[in-house]
Amino acid sequence: MNFEELHEIAKIENEKRAQFEYSINVCVAAGCMSCGSLELLTSFKKEIERRGIENWCKAKGVGCLGLCSAGPLVSVQRYDQKSEVIYKSVTLDNVHEIVDALTGEPVGRLACSKEMSFFKNQQKIVLENFGNIDPEKIEEYIAVGGYEPLYTVLREMSPANVIEQIVKSGLRGRGGGGYPTGLKWTTVMKASGNQKYIICNADEGDPGAFMDRSVLESDPHRVLEGMAIAGYAVGADKGFIYVRAEYPLAIRRLKKAITQAEQLGVLGRGIFNTPFNFDIKLRLGAGAFVCGEETALISSIEGSRGNPRPRPPYPAEYGLWGSPTLINNVETFANIPAIIRNGSAWFASIGTEKSKGTKVFALAGRINNTGLIEVPMGTTLREIVFNIGGGIPEGSKFKAVQTGGPSGGCITSDYLDTPADYESLTKLGSIMGSGGMIVMDDTSCMVDVAKFFVEFCMTESCGKCVPCRDGSAQMYHLLSKITSGEGNINDIHMLEKLSDLINNTSLCGLGMTMPNPVVSTMHFFKDEYLAHVHDKICPAGVCNMKRGGRK
Amino acid sequence: MKKVSQIQTLIIDGKEVGGKSDESILQVAKENDIFIPTLCYLEGLSDYGGCRMCIVEVKGMPRLVPACTTLIREGMEVTTNSEKIHNYRLSILALLFTERNHICSACVSNGHCELQTLALKLGLTHVEFPYIFPKMPVDATHDRFIADHNRCVLCGRCVRACHEVEGAHTKDIMGRGITSRVITDLKESWGSSKTCTSCGKCVHVCPTGALTEKGKSVAEMEKRRQFLPYLKLMRERR
Repeated sequence: MNFEELHEIAKIENEKRAQFEYSINVCVAAGCMSCGSLELLTSFKKEIERRGIENWCKAKGVGCLGLCSAGPLVSVQRYDQKSEVIYKSVTLDNVHEIVDALTGEPVGRLACSKEMSFFKNQQKIVLENFGNIDPEKIEEYIAVGGYEPLYTVLREMSPANVIEQIVKSGLRGRGGGGYPTGLKWTTVMKASGNQKYIICNADEGDPGAFMDRSVLESDPHRVLEGMAIAGYAVGADKGFIYVRAEYPLAIRRLKKAITQAEQLGVLGRGIFNTPFNFDIKLRLGAGAFVCGEETALISSIEGSRGNPRPRPPYPAEYGLWGSPTLINNVETFANIPAIIRNGSAWFASIGTEKSKGTKVFALAGRINNTGLIEVPMGTTLREIVFNIGGGIPEGSKFKAVQTGGPSGGCITSDYLDTPADYESLTKLGSIMGSGGMIVMDDTSCMVDVAKFFVEFCMTESCGKCVPCRDGSAQMYHLLSKITSGEGNINDIHMLEKLSDLINNTSLCGLGMTMPNPVVSTMHFFKDEYLAHVHDKICPAGVCNMKRGGRK
Repeated sequence: MKKVSQIQTLIIDGKEVGGKSDESILQVAKENDIFIPTLCYLEGLSDYGGCRMCIVEVKGMPRLVPACTTLIREGMEVTTNSEKIHNYRLSILALLFTERNHICSACVSNGHCELQTLALKLGLTHVEFPYIFPKMPVDATHDRFIADHNRCVLCGRCVRACHEVEGAHTKDIMGRGITSRVITDLKESWGSSKTCTSCGKCVHVCPTGALTEKGKSVAEMEKRRQFLPYLKLMRERR
């Protein structure tokens, strides 16, 4: 494969596309697929065939269109005018009228308004190909400029150049910690060792988070390309994607993508006629949340029990089978091709001073527009929840937004104008995390929410270190006591003490951050805790109090 | 080629000490008679870092670090004990006592138990958390040994001794979090294990009365671990 061949593929693909005046893009990511988008796609194909319009109209499956709450979503693109209509909650009965409306006015009652802030106010980098290309066809990825950055990197840049670009871009790890990606790459590049590895962490396990899953389902080649570029930069020729087995669709698409990339020679030996080799293998997680922690993940790939080990030594120095290993999250790798294509200065111009670029968030909970969004770093939470997210369903009141999953915290309405970037969220006692955002209204009891997360961490703790293993069980016990109306003020003090202990003495990140949901809800919603222990009532009416308390 | 280790000097509790660069804070402290409480650590086995008893403060490090897995560095300033660290250690010990069933008066290891000794040494007078007292099985199927999971602290010493020293890897840990448990082979009864060599190393490295010899009554089970440093030394010389 050389540059001309790559261009040829893109050209053929683009010509193929240009034959069709209309394209009916049906979302075939997991969310819409679960409400029948595959049947819908077949039905569209049949309808096109029946009408004999296959010369100028085609139907295809594409990646996530974002507004998951209104699935199945169908986007009708018109090539010459470059216009697009997105239909929501499409059923098999609507197929007729949508095809009817191709040349005329769109079906008003199904169409989402283009002016809807959900679509208008986003800025897409990682999600740029979503809803546009078929994730199962490498040609479509190449047609939108895919694998060109890899070519540029291999033929025109030295590894040091690549790393310089990443450092300058200011990209930080999207998995939660926000560690500067360029610095990590530099460390791995400088680490001594003949064999180095790249690992893509796709063990997304936070409740309510589905960013990485969507990226893998909708644009898998992007991640492969990012990994190959990283491999070239740090001097690694083998990559692993550690993906949780609960994502069967993502796994299937990744497998397909890897096979296609190998067949075309953009992965494998002598990529683009250079001496650079890069292989990617999949490893499936067996459902342990803690395997998202990098040392546990490495241990799991090695075939051992997924237990974390103390750091240092960091994986950059001593990782997979003792070799220097670069571990980045799916979204981090997905940013790489765009940075190479558009330059580090472009990337650094987006976002805030310390948090560059965009961030993908998964909106879930009591919010109108549940789904996947991408906004520049520093967008305020108010903008995300009330404008893009469409606010809270009518009749209820916003209470808090939970960011960062079981390691994060809650943010109340007083702090909604906080910009969503690493530092600002940390200052509020929460974290950016991998990007899950769970919105809660006044029907949620914050003590119950804290109990939910503690229970999650208790059952997901690996059991290696005492504070996390036993502390989480004790915390869960205390919270159960409080939520059943049998708690007293001493239990609250005990919770505080345990939170401090677990945070300061646990072995890995899971343990250290485990008390965050408790600490944060106790900080912002102390009155709810006190109502539970003093008055034995649950203000939100969620907890089943054994003794009906004073009203 | 043998790795050359450099000599480093550091300060532990105000005392200037020296050690090799591949030594941990705990090793250097031991050589200099500075006491750091440990539970999962055992000389001759790999470092585990699970019990968190040996946490120490290192100047300039944002977090407390386990002394057993943290290598020394030139100019390091280590504090092995302070009120904060002491309280954390007490809480961790208390958590261990609440986790299962540690009634010393009815235990074969009474008087020879590392958990008990630590509690006495650190002055643990009471336990503030409620006891969990889970119902755990006792495996007495082996001819010579008993595994009483009620006394287990999940330090992983038996697992490491079986894997690293004996090379059998009969013991391992299954489950997650509070429900973790040491198992024989694939959770089979010890007596029917085909991989167990009945060497008894796991029994003698166990800090509590979880793994014991049969036929011992209360307070009669004394562990003999002298073989471990000896084996290690002999293997290094080989």
